[in-house]
Amino acid sequence: MPRLRPLLLAFSLAAPGTVCAEEAQIAVAANFTAPMKAIIARFEDDTGHSVKVSFGSTGKLYAQIQNGAPFEALLAADQRRPELLEEEGVGVPGSRFTYAIGSLVLWSADAEKVEDGPALLESGDFNKLSIANPKLAPYGEASVQTLEALGVEQAIEPKLVMGENIAQAYQFVDTGNADIGFVALSQVMQGGEIVKGSGWIVPGEMHAPIRQDAVILESGKDNPAVTELFAYLQGEKAKAIIHDFGYETE
Amino acid sequence: MKRAPSPSSGEPGGRADLRPDSRPDVQSDVQSDVQSDVQSDVQPGIQARVRIQWPGFSLDVDERLPARGVTALFGHSGSGKTTLLRCIAGLEHAAEGRIQFNGEVWQDAETWVPTHRRPIGYVFQEASLFPHLTVLGNLRYGQKRSQRNAAAQDQRQARFSLEHAIELLGIGHLLKRRPTALSGGERQRVSIARALAVNPRLLLMDEPLAALDLARKQEILPYLERLHDDLAIPVLYVSHAPDEVARLADHLVTMDGGRVQASGPINEVLSRLDLPIRLGEDAGVVLDGEVAERDERWHLLRIACCSTSLWVRDSGAAIGDHARIRILARDVSIAHQPSRGTSILNSLPARVLSLGEDAHPALALVKLDVAGNPVLARLTRRSAEELGLAPAQSVWIQIKAVALL
Amino acid sequence: MFLTETDLEAIALTLRLASVTTLILFAVGTPIAWWLARTHSRWKGPVGALVALPLVLPPSVLGFYLLVTMGPNGPVGAVTEALGIGLLPFTFWGLVVGSVFYSLPFMVQPVQNAFEAIGERPLEAAATLRASPMDRFFSVALPLSLPGFVTAGILTFAHTVGEFGVVLMIGGNIPGLTRVASVQIYDYVEALEYGNAHRLAAVLLVFSFLVLLVLYAWRPDRKRA
Repeated sequence: MPRLRPLLLAFSLAAPGTVCAEEAQIAVAANFTAPMKAIIARFEDDTGHSVKVSFGSTGKLYAQIQNGAPFEALLAADQRRPELLEEEGVGVPGSRFTYAIGSLVLWSADAEKVEDGPALLESGDFNKLSIANPKLAPYGEASVQTLEALGVEQAIEPKLVMGENIAQAYQFVDTGNADIGFVALSQVMQGGEIVKGSGWIVPGEMHAPIRQDAVILESGKDNPAVTELFAYLQGEKAKAIIHDFGYETE
Repeated sequence: MKRAPSPSSGEPGGRADLRPDSRPDVQSDVQSDVQSDVQSDVQPGIQARVRIQWPGFSLDVDERLPARGVTALFGHSGSGKTTLLRCIAGLEHAAEGRIQFNGEVWQDAETWVPTHRRPIGYVFQEASLFPHLTVLGNLRYGQKRSQRNAAAQDQRQARFSLEHAIELLGIGHLLKRRPTALSGGERQRVSIARALAVNPRLLLMDEPLAALDLARKQEILPYLERLHDDLAIPVLYVSHAPDEVARLADHLVTMDGGRVQASGPINEVLSRLDLPIRLGEDAGVVLDGEVAERDERWHLLRIACCSTSLWVRDSGAAIGDHARIRILARDVSIAHQPSRGTSILNSLPARVLSLGEDAHPALALVKLDVAGNPVLARLTRRSAEELGLAPAQSVWIQIKAVALL
Repeated sequence: MFLTETDLEAIALTLRLASVTTLILFAVGTPIAWWLARTHSRWKGPVGALVALPLVLPPSVLGFYLLVTMGPNGPVGAVTEALGIGLLPFTFWGLVVGSVFYSLPFMVQPVQNAFEAIGERPLEAAATLRASPMDRFFSVALPLSLPGFVTAGILTFAHTVGEFGVVLMIGGNIPGLTRVASVQIYDYVEALEYGNAHRLAAVLLVFSFLVLLVLYAWRPDRKRA
């Protein structure tokens, strides 16, 4: 025991050091990883608060929150989960808002593959079409709606492969295992343009808008770091970053 | 009864046949395999030149071993005797050198005959029976394969039948059992029969009795003696037990530290004055003779050997049976006169050949000639001095105990 | 019906995948285990470590590497395309390849242990009884290590049934082709269909327990040793 004492002392001295700034612990949908990191960096510089983020699929994060995960806010990939949380009394009523609207792109890692998206889908000139699981991911649902709008969903079904989320749908295409796939514009866009491969940005009217909602959770309602972060997300600085990554905002 | 078949039988050494029912010299139908015969005539026996260098162990042997009878490789553990046996079997790949059997090269710089192609039988210290097979399955395992391999060769060479092996080792009642249901002694008997069933031309036995207690040993030794009397193939018998060696060997190779110390016919080696020191209490000689007479009243047998006679306890052997007796140096005393008024039965004239030192400074070893056979006597140096023993001197020896083996 | 049609389809696919994988691993894993058990080569360590890698490697890592190497730009993908097989991801045989890698240690290690437990002696005895190396393997080593093979087979099968990460990475979630039970459960959970998830999960749970029960209750004839 005597040997442990200096160690314990060191811990007890270190702990109070974190008191001076508030800390927020939030859960963020995986597709929003890149813009969120950029936003948090700016937010921490501007406010002095610190934010700890867990990225994951919305479904998993939702299940974890239901089962007592210590998150103070959720930035979901859809509207349904934040709504549910609000109904269940876990989400703070009135805190919910749409922080980003996703855009869908038919994309190929091959720089010449996608010139005319609808024509390509109709021609069937590809080995696989990768989409996110429509049951799980709003992007997947939007992909199916797009296929239906083009009237090719029947023809294409045998060539469909599904990623569990939009990140995996992208991975299948990026590794070349699927020639093309519906991915999030944010995954292939940097600084306002598609930086790799070729893509066709799906017009917004071909599918229901992919609204991503955020909600503050009961445990975070009195944490200034959380409330300030939500305000910050709706500010111009954050919106500029969000647009840069291929999302729209309200 | 025959001991090792005499070399004058006209049978080439390479055709070391197992002929349970025929005498060696009746063998005339084996002349077909001419080439092999010629080869084996050239270099009968086992030639083993082996060198191994391992950390903490080395083996450096260059020996020619006889093509007949039982050759014992004797030494303490670590002396290299088992390793030498494994080299001959082809189980030791690390060895370099040359192994030749009756003119066939089994190993040299260019040749390596793998174990399964060497015409050997091998008995391990632990029986090493296959637990997933019955006793009969174990016996058939090697037999089937040797027959398959030998198909091209003369089938007449399949002279040692499975039935005979079973009968010889007395395991007929065990055939349906699993090895786990056998006693240690039974297991080892099955293992010996299994080795014989492959029709080996050379039988290698690695301390087959060492893992057994005294009672089991006594159970198996008679079978080994039957083997010895029955088999015409050469046997290499590794052992560290002087009593086994005395009982079974015709030829003795003693080893120490990976090197051969002495090699020769058993009595030549046993009676060497420089070797008995290492044997200690077991120093002594063996003599081969014949049961000549039975004294019913006193339950004694007269063994005719060395142009003389020795009386031993009646073991039940029949008149005319071959008998091997062992005389330990410590049981032999020396006198100037044939003794009278003594309890000792066996008193023989002898001639002193040489005197040597024994392990203890108080003791001396005397090598004597008894009608052409060497006998060792151990006595105190004081007695030797008082008797004035010197080479060529005629004396009488008294033998306190003679063991019929 | 207790389970939906797609559930049954997923279960049938899972069992098919596990059976095929186990059979292939018997053929592939046995020589590796034999070599590992007998060699004194300096490659024994590295190869043993490589075989054990899936034990510690996250399935997502293995799955990702498989996705990349079996893709059109990967070496395996190039070979399969050149052979006219096409690309393996999103196919049943792609899953089989992934499962074979993923379950390799579960086959190799018990069999290797069994081979090692035999020791040299029975094989040497067989050699002196005229058995060639191949003969020794089939007539002595195999029967003596049968308990190891049973253990390895059950573990491999069960482990493949429980496989998720690799299938997720290279499967593409195609019903009847690559959507195995574990992925189906994951989908249910993600889609908040907890009732369906519970039912299918319960089936897997009971199945896995029964398999392990057989394994632990089953005792080879120890007396033989």
